[in-house]
Amino acid sequence: MIREALFVSAILFSIGVLGVLTRRNALILFMCVELMLNAVNLSFIALSRLHGVSGQVFVLFVMTVAAAEAAVGLAIVISVFRHFRTVDLGRIRLLRG
Amino acid sequence: MPITTTSAPLLWLVPALPFLGFVVNGLLSLLPAWRGEREPSAPAGRRALVSAVGVGVMLAALVVSIILFTTVSGTDTPLTSSLGQWMGAGTFSVDWALHVDHLSILMMLVITGVGSLIHLYSVGYMADDAGFARYFAYLNLFVGFMLMLVMGANLPVLFIGWEGVGLASYLLIGFWFGDTANAVAGKKAFVVNRIGDFGLLMAMFMLFANLGTLDFATITRDHAALSTPLVNTICLFMFLGCAGKSAQLPLYVWLPDAMAGPTPVSALIHAATMVTAGIYLIVRNAALFAASPSTSLIIVLIGALTALWAATVGLKQWDIKKVLAYSTVSQLGYMFVAVGAGAYTAGIFHLVTHAFFKALLFLGAGAVIHSMHHALHEAHRHDDAQDMRNMGGLMKRMPATGTLMWIATLAIAGIPPLAGFFSKDAILSAVAERALESPLAESSLGPIPGRVILWLAYGLAVLTAFLTAIYMTRLMRYAFHGSFRSGEGVESHLHDAPWLLRGPLVVLGALTVIGGWLQLPAVLPLGPTALLDRWLAPISGTSATLLAGSGHLSHQTEYLLIGIAVAVAAAGMAVAFFRLRTDTLTTKDAAPAETGIGLVLANDYFVDTGIARGITGPIVAASRKVLWRGLDLGIINGVLVQGSAQAIRVASSVASRIQVGFAGSYVWAIALGAVIVIAAFTMQAAR
Repeated sequence: MIREALFVSAILFSIGVLGVLTRRNALILFMCVELMLNAVNLSFIALSRLHGVSGQVFVLFVMTVAAAEAAVGLAIVISVFRHFRTVDLGRIRLLRG
Repeated sequence: MPITTTSAPLLWLVPALPFLGFVVNGLLSLLPAWRGEREPSAPAGRRALVSAVGVGVMLAALVVSIILFTTVSGTDTPLTSSLGQWMGAGTFSVDWALHVDHLSILMMLVITGVGSLIHLYSVGYMADDAGFARYFAYLNLFVGFMLMLVMGANLPVLFIGWEGVGLASYLLIGFWFGDTANAVAGKKAFVVNRIGDFGLLMAMFMLFANLGTLDFATITRDHAALSTPLVNTICLFMFLGCAGKSAQLPLYVWLPDAMAGPTPVSALIHAATMVTAGIYLIVRNAALFAASPSTSLIIVLIGALTALWAATVGLKQWDIKKVLAYSTVSQLGYMFVAVGAGAYTAGIFHLVTHAFFKALLFLGAGAVIHSMHHALHEAHRHDDAQDMRNMGGLMKRMPATGTLMWIATLAIAGIPPLAGFFSKDAILSAVAERALESPLAESSLGPIPGRVILWLAYGLAVLTAFLTAIYMTRLMRYAFHGSFRSGEGVESHLHDAPWLLRGPLVVLGALTVIGGWLQLPAVLPLGPTALLDRWLAPISGTSATLLAGSGHLSHQTEYLLIGIAVAVAAAGMAVAFFRLRTDTLTTKDAAPAETGIGLVLANDYFVDTGIARGITGPIVAASRKVLWRGLDLGIINGVLVQGSAQAIRVASSVASRIQVGFAGSYVWAIALGAVIVIAAFTMQAAR
């Protein structure tokens, strides 16, 4: 059972990474990051069978932080949109050296 | 042999008085209201205060000197006073020590005596100058340092005075620094003197290294411990210092330019006192120089050549002060001939009489310039007030000044019974005596026997005496006789020197007349003979005998030498009287350009041009091209400063390319990094 769960987790994580690497829309990127977080959560849950309950506790923390991060991140995305009238990261290059 | 001295704490008072005057007048001149920027000349009340301080401290110093004179005159033991140790290292020690012996007191009397007169004269001469307080501050500063120079008991204390008078000289030459030429002249004097100071410093280092002492008394006592080549080197270096300070070939070039300062300054510093410091130093170290006959012969030779060189240049100068300046160089050459030949008394004798008559000549010239300047100003003319071609016939308008200057002229030409005759004759007969029969004549300078050099020096000195009579008579004739050449409008404004200026002239005139009685030759029955010889015997008597032997001239020879000297002087004056025409002379502006030998002499053999082309020019060019353009602009600024900035700029512009500003790229970099880290861990685990 752990084997399948870790397998799904790896697939979900890879989808998230690929999404972050290939997409330019800030909202999609955001969702991909959430996907990666949840993929990690899944492996935490699966591995808690072997290593005890601490893995499940960790998942609760990750979800809390992810919620906070989503609140801050969405606020940033909104103010970026208000400023640039777009959320396409390919057009936002203020930090170019 | 222990050195005996008498302690006398009063000594420090002598230099302290002028220094006090310097501080008071110096502080006054710094007060904003006193700086004289807004007014053309200082108000009378202010001038009175400054004069009272400036002249007062001089008179006080003179009184103390006279008291000290009565103290030392009865004894051979020098008075000393030490303010404690200045520097000490192991067994070596230098004190802040002054001493007064028969030589020092003579110099002190000349400095404070002639100095007081010149200070008094300056009160009148500088009355219209805005920098009145500053002037007296500098003048007092000079006297203070000059007194330290002649009173110092060791070479370092003397050196402080030596450098101090150089500083005061620099400040006073450039007193009217608003004119660039004056400032440049002051700088030139300073720089040329630096060359001489190098020599004096070298001599001090070598004395310290080999004797372990710099006290004059100890040097005189212990110099026998030095080897002959060492003594020769030390004396040569010391003479280099003297040549710089006392304007001898080839370091004389600063003195004619030093005439840019106010005329009383020329009289005090550049004729009567500072420039004779070299003579003083040699007589002070007579024991050393007497132990080095070859250096003594070099001094004789340089002195004689300088005397002739400057006298020939003096023949063609038109600036009244320039004539006197070259005359001073020439007379200093005379003094060096004397001290080189071991006739230390004759050298000091001529130093003293020269201080009298040359100060008189300079102050007289100052009165003429003052009057000319005033008259030209009244007539709204801008002609040169110092050029003799613009003068003429001044005797009618300035009879007192003219008469006094004639006395000085006769004295410097060597006409009896004036002071210059006796001192010049003392030098000439001393040189002839040593040339005939003396240890100096037996010694040699390289392949040249001493006898040849001494006879040559005698010949040159006689020739110089002839030229001296010519150029001085020329000066008097062109300035005071014939008719006035700058026009009626100017002539009516000419006036004789007021009493404030005339008083010092009269005193100096009297000294010029009686100064010769200091050292009468034995053959002339005029009074007590050879007073100065006996006075200086404790200082330089044995040293003089070392070079001169104990032989004496026969009376016939002495009469012959006196006859030659007087005949030559009279001939020179006669030549000037009959050959020079005052009626064909034109003013400076209308004068034709000099040609031939006249052009060479008028330009001082083009020495300044030569120095500019040969020495200073290349130095400036090399400094500009190599040091400035090459080293400073090229390497330091271009490579080190700008270059490092450029390197940083290029490196950072390359590095900033990494910041593309596109979030996706950063993610790629993170992902790649993560893959690499994971791969590294995995491979490690697999192993």
